[in-house]
Parts: sequence; C-alpha cells; structure tokens
Amino acid sequence: MKALEIKDLKKTFRSNFLFKKYRILKGIQLSVEKGEIYGFLGPNGAGKTTTIKCVLGLLFPDQGEILIDGQPAHSVTARRRIGFLPENPYFYDYLSARELLFFSASLFNLPAAIVRDRVAALIHQVGLSGYEDLKLRKFSKGMIQRLGLAQALIHDPDLLILDEPFSGLDPIGRKDLRTLILSLREQGKTIFFSSHILQDVEMMVDRVGIILNGAIRREGKLSELISRSIQYYEIVCANIAEKELAKIQPNFVCRDDQFFITLASDADINLVVESIIHNGGRIAAVNPVKMTLEDIFFNEMQPHRPATTAGGADGARTSRSEGAGRDNQ
Amino acid sequence: MKMSMKGIAINTFKESARNKMFYLLVFFGILFALSSKLISFLTLGDAMKVLKDTGLAAVNFFCVLIAIFTGINLVYKEIEKKTIFNILSKPVSRDQFIIGKFLGLALTMLTALAAMAGIFFLFVWMSGGGFDLKIILYFFMLFLELLVIVAISLLFSSFTTPILSFIFTVSLYLIGHIMWTFNEFKTVLRVPFWKHFVQGLYYLLPNLDKFNIKNEVVLNTAFNPWTILFSVLYALAYILALLAVTILIFRRREFQ
Repeated sequence: MKALEIKDLKKTFRSNFLFKKYRILKGIQLSVEKGEIYGFLGPNGAGKTTTIKCVLGLLFPDQGEILIDGQPAHSVTARRRIGFLPENPYFYDYLSARELLFFSASLFNLPAAIVRDRVAALIHQVGLSGYEDLKLRKFSKGMIQRLGLAQALIHDPDLLILDEPFSGLDPIGRKDLRTLILSLREQGKTIFFSSHILQDVEMMVDRVGIILNGAIRREGKLSELISRSIQYYEIVCANIAEKELAKIQPNFVCRDDQFFITLASDADINLVVESIIHNGGRIAAVNPVKMTLEDIFFNEMQPHRPATTAGGADGARTSRSEGAGRDNQ
Repeated sequence: MKMSMKGIAINTFKESARNKMFYLLVFFGILFALSSKLISFLTLGDAMKVLKDTGLAAVNFFCVLIAIFTGINLVYKEIEKKTIFNILSKPVSRDQFIIGKFLGLALTMLTALAAMAGIFFLFVWMSGGGFDLKIILYFFMLFLELLVIVAISLLFSSFTTPILSFIFTVSLYLIGHIMWTFNEFKTVLRVPFWKHFVQGLYYLLPNLDKFNIKNEVVLNTAFNPWTILFSVLYALAYILALLAVTILIFRRREFQ
C-alpha cells in the first residue's frame, strides 16, 4: 500500500470579479512509497502548494482521488497519519514553544502523560532546548521552522508533508533540517516535501516528481533519473599546444592551463586520448558527466520558460557544467 | 466536549486574554463604572440609583466593545496569518473549529464580565448599597446578549474582513436595540408585501432589547419570570442558528 497516492487531481480557481477560470492542477498523478523521501519539485506557481492543500483538505479538488495509506485523505483516520509543516509557518506568537506543542497535541486527543514526554523529547530533537518557554514572537525564522517540524511530529505521524521546508533558512539551518529529515526516514517515516532548492533535494530524496504548469512532467527514483542520463564525456588534458589539440578535437575550452574536451559519446575517447598522448600531452582525467537533478529540472522547464529568461537558462547551463565537473573531481 | 474543541477554546481564550486591547477595555470599563460615583454626586435624586444606572451602563458598553473587537478579529486573523492551516490539517473538523472558537470567546466574555461585575459589586457595597440579586440577573442577561453579539461577529468574520465585520456587527447591534420600532413601522404600512417584509425582518434580526432589564434593576420593579425564561430560550435558539449558518459557510470555504 502506498503512503500517499494522488490520482488525476484537478483544481480550478476563479478570479473574484469576472469569474475567469484558471486551471491550476491539470490531472496530477503521483504516488509515494512507504518509508521514502519524496521530493516534489517545481518552480514558483507550478501547483506544488495547491496540490498539498488539496491533500490536507484546505482546498477542495474539482476532480481526482487522494489516498493516504489507502484511506481517503479527508477522513479523520487519514488526517491522524499526517504531520504537516506549512510554507513560511506562522504560529501564535503569544504562546511559548512548549505551549504551542501542548496545543497541537490537544488537537489529537493524546493522553497527558504521553504528551508531556513527547513535548520534552521533540524540543530536544529539534534543538530548541533552553528556549521552550520563550514566546514565539522572539523566535528567529530557523527556530520557527524547527518548532514547525516539532508540532508536525507531535502525534508521531507516519507521513510528513513539508511545504518548502528549506525556504529562507541559512546554510546551517538547511543542513540541520536535512539531518533531521534523514533521521526521520531512519525511524521509518515517509516524507513528502516540496521544494525548488534542488541541491537540498538531490542530497536527500529517494524519488522525485517534477511538476510544471499543474501537471507532473517526470517522476521516478532519483538514482534512475540521473544514472540513465550521461550527458557527455569530458577529457581533461594539459601540456599540449592549442593548435595541435584543435586538430585532434575542436570542441574544447581552456581554463587554468588545462583543456576541457567535450565528447558527445564514448566512441571516440580512445582515439582522442591516444592522439593527445602521441602529441606529448598529459591526460588529467576522463569523466562521464552525468545529468544532475538540476539538468533534468531545467530540461523539463525549457519549453515552458519565457524568452526573456533565456540568459538565465544559459547561466544555468554553465553552472551545470561546473557542477558536473565539481562532482567528478 | 471533544478534546480538540476544548484545545481550540482554551487557545482562543489565551489569545484574547493576552491581548493588550482586552485589558485596556476591561480597565476602562472598571474606570467608568467607578466614575459613576462622581456622577451620582453631581446629580439630584437617588444617588444609589444613579450609581447603579451609570455603572451598569459602563459595564454594558465596554463588554459589548470587547465582544465585537475580539469576535471580528479572531477567525479572520487565523485565516490571514494562516495559523488555521496548522489546525485544519489535523483531525479537526471545521464544525469543531467554529464551536471551539465560540466557546473560547464565551469564556473570554465571562472573564471580562466577571471582572467588571466583581468590581461593580464591591463599589456598590462600599457606597452603602446591599447585595442585589437582581443585578446578578442583569449581568446574566447581559452575558446572553454578549454571546449573541459574539456569534454575530463570528459569523461575519468567517467570510469577510474585520472592517466589514465591524460595520455589520455594530449595525445589527444598534438595530437589535430598536426592534420595537419595526412593530410600530409595520402598523403604518399599507402594502401587504412590505408589512410581511418588515415582519420578516423583525423575526430574522436579533432582538437584543429582550436582554435589557436595566430599568427593572435600577427602579427595583418586579420581573416576569416567563419573560426571562423566554429571553434565555431566544438567546440559545438565536446563537445555535447563527453558529449553524457560520458552520455552513465555513464548510464551503477554501484556504488559498
């Protein structure tokens, strides 16, 4: 049985005045296996938060089915299995961290003794020890995010739904959150989170779904999506004259006294390497450059991007190559 | 009561009770009730009557202000600041949320009223007056009126902004105290449609004057217990109807 299953989810919004229809979700189809971390990727406005709100019953779908552990998402049984952290969470700032957790627990009818233990354990787990009685209006964004995770875990849910959990966090906060999420997977929890910070996603997820314009464009195991796609081969060499190298293979760039040759396939690798050595050159590395999650994401996005952002796309391509090079060094 | 409703009610009470506005209004209510002593010095006639009259009016006015201001803000703030996401994503129905909010507001009003009434009784006693059971009844009827006002403001705050909620609630409060004019207005109308329309409004809008027994308290005249009982039943029925409409609206509401 899947932890979360969304079938043909459609949602339309209407404008306030002319009642013009906007199709936000156009048949979302995805499934999350138990015990995995699922990254729900998409640019701003793609429909990530709308999908999550439909799962949580904050929005009513026009069409489709949402199942949590086989139960309809709107049922009380299903809702008990979910822990939710909203995007940019805001909690009652007149409460302290401890009071907020007790309030959250009161919504689940949990026995008082269990709540006391769990509140103490969660405050420790999310690293808020010493701040439990501080009013939330004095909390930093990172502390609020940690507390948000603690309130989502108060009833020990099977499935955690996190909406943009990394947004606005500094590098230390992001690392801490990643560690926490990974430790939750080790405890057997299923984690479904939306994000557009690809680096964080790539470091954690088992599977990803890429949503664009209200529809899932790609879904699958991260290892399969990435390993399937070797983008090109790169030969790094030195100690050879540029003219000589141009005769062997014209497709290269020079950086820091090294030449980076790009080959579309592996068929010519031997020939190029032998020719370089024959001309007195030195081979520093031969790298198969695989697709990163960012490459996959941008490839999916390319047809949907407005022309004005073409420069941005080029920039992304450059960073992709650099990222790939970094991975291989 | 379900634990989740109790949790929401207690949290609503905490939110109101930790609001500076709440303390400010309670403080002014007490201050004005105490200033009735000064007014009683400046007027001719029965000083105790004037003291009770102005004191009760001050308590009434400031309690109504608290009811309106807390009622119109609480649900709206939950939606605006998105704290409602954390509640409705848990196994809490929208019905439970509304009822919990109402109970929390009722507890807030009870606390504010008890604080002001306590000070008022102490003041009357210090001014040489005795303990009057009728004043307790007055505060009980005022509490019922406050519950109706809270239910009205909760209804409006479930679908509109605080400013509009304020205008609607204050309008209904004012109309609710001149409902007797509807009956008189009906008698001068000649067209049956308009007669029925005014009659309909008379039954539909809240008749808040039913809860006003100040004259009987201040003038020390006799009560009709059946009128009191009818007013209690009227308040309960009206509150239930308002909560039912609020819940129906809230069930259909989406949170973007």
